[in-house]
Amino acid sequence: MYRYTENDQKIIEERVAQFRGQTERYLAGELANEEFLPLRLQNGLYIQRLAPMLRIAVPYGLLNSAQFRKLAHVARHFDKGYCHFTTRQNIQFNWPQLEEVPDILAELAQVQMHAVQTSGNCIRNITSDQYAGVAGDEIEDPRPWCEILRQWSTFHPEFAYLPRKFKIAVSGSESDRAAILVHDIGLQLVRNEADELGFKVLVGGGLGRTPVIGSVIREFLPWQHILGYLDAIVRVYNRYGNRDNKYKARIKILVRAWTPEVFAEKVEKEWAHIMDGPCTLTQGEVDRVKQHFTLPAYETLDAASTDAALAAQAADNKAFAKWLERNTLPHRVSGYSIVNLSLKPTGVAPGDVTDTQLETIADLADRYSFGEIRATHNQNLVLADVRKSELFELWQQAKVAGFATPNIGTLTDLICCPGGDFCSLANAKSIPVAEAIQRRFDDMDYVYDLGDLTLNISGCMNACGHHHVGNIGILGVDKKGAEFYQVQLGGTADNGAALGNVLGPSFGQEEIPDIIGKILDVYVANRQGDELFIDTYRRIGLNPFKESVYAKDH
Amino acid sequence: MPKIINKGQIVEDKWTILPKNFSGEPPAGTLLILPMKFWLEHKDDIRLPVIGVWIDSDEEVEAIGEDANLFPLIAVNFPSFTDGRGFSIGRLLRERYEFTGQLRAIGNPNRDQLFYLKRCGFDAFDLKEGANLEAALASLNDFSITYQNAADQSDPLFRRKEE
Ligand code: SF4
Repeated sequence: MYRYTENDQKIIEERVAQFRGQTERYLAGELANEEFLPLRLQNGLYIQRLAPMLRIAVPYGLLNSAQFRKLAHVARHFDKGYCHFTTRQNIQFNWPQLEEVPDILAELAQVQMHAVQTSGNCIRNITSDQYAGVAGDEIEDPRPWCEILRQWSTFHPEFAYLPRKFKIAVSGSESDRAAILVHDIGLQLVRNEADELGFKVLVGGGLGRTPVIGSVIREFLPWQHILGYLDAIVRVYNRYGNRDNKYKARIKILVRAWTPEVFAEKVEKEWAHIMDGPCTLTQGEVDRVKQHFTLPAYETLDAASTDAALAAQAADNKAFAKWLERNTLPHRVSGYSIVNLSLKPTGVAPGDVTDTQLETIADLADRYSFGEIRATHNQNLVLADVRKSELFELWQQAKVAGFATPNIGTLTDLICCPGGDFCSLANAKSIPVAEAIQRRFDDMDYVYDLGDLTLNISGCMNACGHHHVGNIGILGVDKKGAEFYQVQLGGTADNGAALGNVLGPSFGQEEIPDIIGKILDVYVANRQGDELFIDTYRRIGLNPFKESVYAKDH
Repeated sequence: MPKIINKGQIVEDKWTILPKNFSGEPPAGTLLILPMKFWLEHKDDIRLPVIGVWIDSDEEVEAIGEDANLFPLIAVNFPSFTDGRGFSIGRLLRERYEFTGQLRAIGNPNRDQLFYLKRCGFDAFDLKEGANLEAALASLNDFSITYQNAADQSDPLFRRKEE
């Protein structure tokens, strides 16, 4: 994992000092509310329904155990003892005091963490594949490239006051786990016929009010040119993006208005001036960053005997077997496994973790996975390098700590934004809906029988819960001041993202578990063999679901 | 006389800005900053020896382009401090059109933008009336290290040897 140089550290410390000064001026009444607003947002600080909310950046989802212990400390001393993992691999504190935020940032700077550009109309934290570096289908490890982009975007002087927020995702694998089709810029690492490395560049994807799938504007961009090309794209957007109406200000609206072809021409024209300029990347710089992402010291393990031992443990213990099946994934290196720690036990808001749990995870990471932890888009955590021979022990400890719910990828592993309980933009609450669904479908055998299924909940159009790309999506809507929920079917986030279709009129909160039950019944009645929910949906379409859900009694 | 920040100093400002919709004969005997559109339409008849010009955030800096160095001063308007188009305009003037005169941010730039403005090539800042200019000077140096190349720094950090 990347370690700061003295320069990196100094930049972050100077940022803390700058924000401390800005906060002091604000509290002294020298800085108007509206002037402080973009400054605090670019430091991740929102004013929420009940208290400020501070969003901490987790660059491309990677964390270490020292950072977890620091987060525990912050949760304990500056918050109410917990934090929240978001769908963008970031962390949120829901109860900090404004006056204390500079101190929190100073604490975080000690472990190379910050809240830079986690909000506001600027280039946001870069996201990537949670299995980077360990996935079997990887073309190129995206993490060094994400770090290079992190540095390029950090305090970029030209792009701090864009028309709207700007999100970039990078994927290095054949199957896309970074949702690059629904980002302002999506980058896919590829190799051309000459086996040279480069990027396929997509622009104009996004969720929110107007969900759009991104368009490819360049099939192959040699890696040396990535920073200049990004400068060109963001410059075109900064100059011509809509600034009059915040709902029309994202780059996707500009790309659609101009058409992707015209947008691409504009970018190429701008890039022609920048190409081969000083921001052309050097092999030396790429090598410098790459050396931080070398493989951990894997041991050569006797795969046959560990596999046999594991099979024996699984045969003896059904619960362990289920956990192995749902919560672990094959690793590229023989004798190792990728382990998902579920942050979705029933009754806990999805993604919430307490201070003591943070410390437990830090200990588990040190003991079993080279001290590193990854945050996922699904609001879970990953220990990416666990010896198969230690899985049983890890499972037992994770169970005691509450992270071993064997539900990864199932109905109850649902994604959920903070919603109306915390967020001032919400139309409706989302956490109680998530909990009601988890309680209603508590029969794990039924849940396993349903197989892989994503259910995503957002409390409003801003779509932080990614409802458009859930197999089942639930969106909080406001109907004459009352909280209602619209249901969508057929979205997918991975591998050729697709947006869901609205089922029909919305429902009251207490109806939702029954509605989900009816949808699942239609699936179970229609599926062929072990067809997944999404495949049945694609085969039979929306109508059978609609008919069942809105039949007579509705 | 109003005060501005110019090259890191607080100085009295001798220039007068004409409004965007100005028409008629520009008054003689004072240093004028003309709206770009006026200059484009009248450049052949303007007889003043020294003029500046100002560009609004929704205007195309390309219209001045290679003529930039005809002017000792170009101002860029920030109609609101959240309108970031002027940052791109500044960089284009300095880096593409190699403008060497005074590049001034006008309108509503605020203290907390000075560092970025400086990086985008601005060397003069007309902050809103009543701003504490002494205190604002400190913000020009909020950071001592930067990652990117920009108008103030021809190389990105990874190409700089000495740092
Ligand atoms: S989707 Fe809406 S309600 Fe949920 S966190 Fe985002 S802005 Fe808030």
